[in-house]
Amino acid sequence: MSLTHYLVLAAILFTIGAVGVLVRRNAIVVFMCVELMLNSVNLTLVTFARASGTLDGQVMAFFVMVVAAAEVVIGLAIIMSIYRTRRSASVDDANLLKY
Amino acid sequence: MSDFPWLLAMIAVPAVGAAGVAALPKGRDGTAKQAALGVSLVVLLLAVLATVAFDTGGERFQLTTSVPWIPDFGVDFALGVDGIALVMLLLIGVLVPVVVLASWRDEPTGQRSMKAYFAWLLLLESFMVGVFAATDVFLFYVFFEAMLVPMYFLIGSFGGPRRQYAAVKFFLYSLVGGLVMLAAVIGLYVVSANELGEGTFAFDALRGIEIDPGVQKLLFLGFFVAFAIKAPLVPFHTWLPDSGAEAPIGGAVLLVGVLDKVGTFGFLRYCLPLFPDASRDLAPYVLVLAVAGVLYAALLAMGQSDMKRLVSYTSIAHFGFIALGIFAFTTEATTGAVLYMVNHGIATGLLFLVVGMLIARGGSRQIGDYGGVARQAPLLAGVFLVAGLASLALPGTNSFVSEFLVLIGSFPTRPVFTVLATVGIVLAALYVLLVYQRTMHGPPRGVLLETPAETPAPAPGGGGGATAATATLDAPAAAPARLRVADLSPRELAVAAPMVALIIALGVYPQPLIELVEPAVAATMSDVGADPAGVEPEAPGGGTD
Amino acid sequence: METVPADGLIAASWLLIALPLAGAAVLLLGGRRTDRWGHLLGTGTVVTAFVLGLLCTLQLGGRRVDVELFTFVATGSLDVQAGLLFDPLSALFVLLITGVGALIHVYSIGYMAHDPRRRRFFAYLNLFVAAMLLLVLGDNFVALYVGWEGVGLASYLLIAFWHERPSAATAAKKAFIMNRVGDVGLALAIFLMFAQLGTVSYEGVFGSVGLLAGGTVTAMGLLLLLGACGKSGQFPLQAWLPDAMEGPTPVSALIHAATMVTAGVYLIARCAPIYDATPTARAVVLAVGAITLMIGAIAGCAQDDIKKVLAYSTVSQIGYMFLAVGLGPIGYVAGLAHLLTHGFFKAGLFLGAGSVMHAMGDEVDMRRFGGLAPHMKVTFVTFGLGYLALIGFPFLSGFYTKDAIIEAAFDRGDGWGYLLGGLAILAAGLTAFYMTRLMLMTFFGRPRWEPGVHPHESPAVMTAPMVLLAVGSVLAGFLLVVAFPLEGWLAPVFGEPEAAEHVVAPIVVSVLVTVVMAVGVLTAWLFVGRREVPVTAPVRVSPVTRAARRALYADAVNESLFMRPGQWLTRALVWVDNRGVDGAVNGLAATLGGSSSRLGRTQTGFVRSYALSMLGGALVVAGALVAVTTG
Repeated sequence: MSLTHYLVLAAILFTIGAVGVLVRRNAIVVFMCVELMLNSVNLTLVTFARASGTLDGQVMAFFVMVVAAAEVVIGLAIIMSIYRTRRSASVDDANLLKY
Repeated sequence: MSDFPWLLAMIAVPAVGAAGVAALPKGRDGTAKQAALGVSLVVLLLAVLATVAFDTGGERFQLTTSVPWIPDFGVDFALGVDGIALVMLLLIGVLVPVVVLASWRDEPTGQRSMKAYFAWLLLLESFMVGVFAATDVFLFYVFFEAMLVPMYFLIGSFGGPRRQYAAVKFFLYSLVGGLVMLAAVIGLYVVSANELGEGTFAFDALRGIEIDPGVQKLLFLGFFVAFAIKAPLVPFHTWLPDSGAEAPIGGAVLLVGVLDKVGTFGFLRYCLPLFPDASRDLAPYVLVLAVAGVLYAALLAMGQSDMKRLVSYTSIAHFGFIALGIFAFTTEATTGAVLYMVNHGIATGLLFLVVGMLIARGGSRQIGDYGGVARQAPLLAGVFLVAGLASLALPGTNSFVSEFLVLIGSFPTRPVFTVLATVGIVLAALYVLLVYQRTMHGPPRGVLLETPAETPAPAPGGGGGATAATATLDAPAAAPARLRVADLSPRELAVAAPMVALIIALGVYPQPLIELVEPAVAATMSDVGADPAGVEPEAPGGGTD
Repeated sequence: METVPADGLIAASWLLIALPLAGAAVLLLGGRRTDRWGHLLGTGTVVTAFVLGLLCTLQLGGRRVDVELFTFVATGSLDVQAGLLFDPLSALFVLLITGVGALIHVYSIGYMAHDPRRRRFFAYLNLFVAAMLLLVLGDNFVALYVGWEGVGLASYLLIAFWHERPSAATAAKKAFIMNRVGDVGLALAIFLMFAQLGTVSYEGVFGSVGLLAGGTVTAMGLLLLLGACGKSGQFPLQAWLPDAMEGPTPVSALIHAATMVTAGVYLIARCAPIYDATPTARAVVLAVGAITLMIGAIAGCAQDDIKKVLAYSTVSQIGYMFLAVGLGPIGYVAGLAHLLTHGFFKAGLFLGAGSVMHAMGDEVDMRRFGGLAPHMKVTFVTFGLGYLALIGFPFLSGFYTKDAIIEAAFDRGDGWGYLLGGLAILAAGLTAFYMTRLMLMTFFGRPRWEPGVHPHESPAVMTAPMVLLAVGSVLAGFLLVVAFPLEGWLAPVFGEPEAAEHVVAPIVVSVLVTVVMAVGVLTAWLFVGRREVPVTAPVRVSPVTRAARRALYADAVNESLFMRPGQWLTRALVWVDNRGVDGAVNGLAATLGGSSSRLGRTQTGFVRSYALSMLGGALVVAGALVAVTTG
């Protein structure tokens, strides 16, 4: 399998994630789509690291995972509290953060 | 004695005083004003002693103190005064105690206590001294901007009904000018780094460097905009009527008396010596603004119905005269302009103070709400008249000397502008006498009446020329019941008396003041390439008397 | 002629100014404490000044003495020394000012006796005397200017003395403003002197004025004339003087008849070396004098207010003086002699008018007078002598001095000389007419008093000055022209008098003037004396009378040309400043604020729209990168 296959897979995953973030209303799903995008990036990083024979990309992927984990913790907590107050997990119901 | 750091003391004493007053416990307004008066009197004493220590025949900058401040950028905490700065320090020294005394019975309009008012006043005094005493351009800039803060709070917390609007307007205007100046200050530093190898902000070092004409023009404009807003020149003036009208009387006195002088002082100290070529090239345009200001603001003053706005507009007209004197580039006119800065502070300061006393009685700023005050409060009317006459530059008052010097010194180099500005003295008579007649003369009317009763009819007579002495004397008995306007209290007299005395004394014998400022003026003239010895008569044979 | 340093008593001539000034200061600062003796102090200082002035004049003896005091302003090449010049010309004025001034102070003690602010009145009068003395004694143009505006201030304060009356306050303001217009001329003349000659002292300017180009001197002369016109109520700045009669009558007598309003004549006489160098400016002086002479005389004929008749008479008589000094060397002495005699008889006439008003309960309308002669004998006699002196009755003051002016006009020898002389004679006839009308309406005929008026003679403190001034009115002309000719006294100033070559024999002029005067008196008797005077002014009158009543529409012209456009301009500018200049600034602020809030609307708060814009942004960046790397 050539480098291209990995990159195409990553691009497809990223696109699915991005479209999901844009079109889905449920915050949990949006969140999962974000994770999908992050992981597609991780895949790219690892692919290039492997191709170039260095460890930089792999280390970077670990960082992304750690950040993603932290993000999930915070994000889910926020979603939970929004759900508790609004009885809804739809991102379109929470538009208080504006001008 | 000359080793004592007079200037540092004049900055430190009011700053420490301000902190002390601010730290007083709540409700101790009485102590606050006594402390403020004491501190400001100490500063006056220091100013007088500094003047004694100053040697008119000596170095240009004296009483110098210099401490490295930001060595990486060549910034020093450098203080020093020439004659021009010294007279401004004296003016500050005189005005602040008077202002404190004049604010003695003021009630706070906002939620702040009068304690805060006096603390801000003292802090303002400290910064004002600093701005005139700085001989480092960066330090000057710092004080220039720092002055805004206490003034902003004086207007915004203790002013009239539209104080918020006025304070923000004042702050934004000044800030815009200040930032443009900051750019020019940095530009100047860069230029000095290119010229001298090492960047500096020291005024004396900057004075000596040659700057490319194009760059000079840009830097000149940077400083000019800041000073023209501060001074203010038309058309940068619209903040002053709002601030002057809304500020508490004490703040207004210091605003037009001292703060605005920073603008004209800046022209003299920075624009002319640092950018002589640009000053000469751009002078005609500045003079257009100056003379336009003289005439335009005078006409506007006539059209005002609010007394404090009126006084503010008269100030704008006077600043036109000062700018005319500075940009005429003759020793006579510039000496006149420097004197004008001092005299205007005293004369317009007194005018603001006496207007404030009137407002304190009637509770209204509208001219139309007053009338016939002279009958009931002759002292108040007398002080008002003296201030007004000084404002219209009647001979015998201090303003005459300065206005006369400005005009006679400008005429040889700029005859057209001078003739136009001279027309302004008729307008000055009009705006002063109009407001004087409306408020002080005539039958009592407006807020001074208890009941809005009919005014006593003017005495009948053929052709309106009746000399109804006895009829007029009977008038009080026949007039409707009215509130008596109390004449000046002893405290108010103590406010007005030193100002009136200064107006007369400096009007009759101004020569000591002239001798104090003349060396600095001559140095500025030689910086800008004019003949410091004064105007050469055009026709041969005319000797001096 | 060179000046000499001061010696003897003249070295102390600054006391002349200092005494009344100190009086004013004490009275103003002393407050009510000085109420009881204030008028005595005020009178005392002026009397002392008169004695001092007299002694100084006796010591002077034809010299020109310079008294140096202190450095007023010296910077650059400008050097203004505060100094006094005591020469025969200023000595004349000092004696006139302090002499007539002292008499009027005495008179005021009685006239103002019932006014609670009498002390203040004397303070202002003292202030006036001090400023006026500075005006005539200063040895440079700046001192002159200081005095010049100082008398303007005193005049303002005194016209507005009864400031409760809006008409008085307005008249005072009008006087000050119109004076200031003139002052601009004087100030510009001083600037021009400094720019051209580098000096503002009389000695320096007059010594080198000959070096200047003709146009410059003419400009200087015209600017000085503008100043003179403002102060002396000459065309086109004459409209303030009649209104100034709102002030108490002693003020009208001292300031607006005898002294201040003649300052313009002093200025032009003092600046003789300048006018000698500019025939053009001198011709304009002549024209101004002639025009004002006629305006004043015509307007005086139709006034019903006794003080306004006298005021227009003053305007007209000062026109005579301007005419005289405009004639040049042949007219200076004649003009100054008329100035002095006019000072006597016009002050006397005003004091008489004051006495009449005092008796009539402050009535000034002559249509309400009539038949007062038997009730006020002293006033009648002194007023009558002043009247005869003014109209030029043979061998009284006006006869000598007015004839001298008319002769000097004819002595020009050209057509203009005849025209000016003719106008002056015509005006003499008009003078006789309006003054006779005044006499007839006031002292003769049937009483037309308001009910409840009981005329009585004024107290001695008032009549005594009137008597002295009447004596002066009778004798001054003879003394100044025949007995001790003024030419000789003024020779150090204007040069030795030349033997005049008269174009028209003096006796012919005298006879002519006397005949015209008699015609004027007769006409007045025909119009006024023979018939009943209506108590209210007739409405249906000829256009000439209507124009004369309104003083040839001077006020109307000022109002429509300056006042109304000025008010309109002021209002327009206030609008422009609030809406235009300030509006632009506020508009800028509003635009910034508005656009920021409009931009803020793009922040919807919807997470997914933010995400979309992020995606769009990322695509743009990626596209750009691709474009850059491939292109």
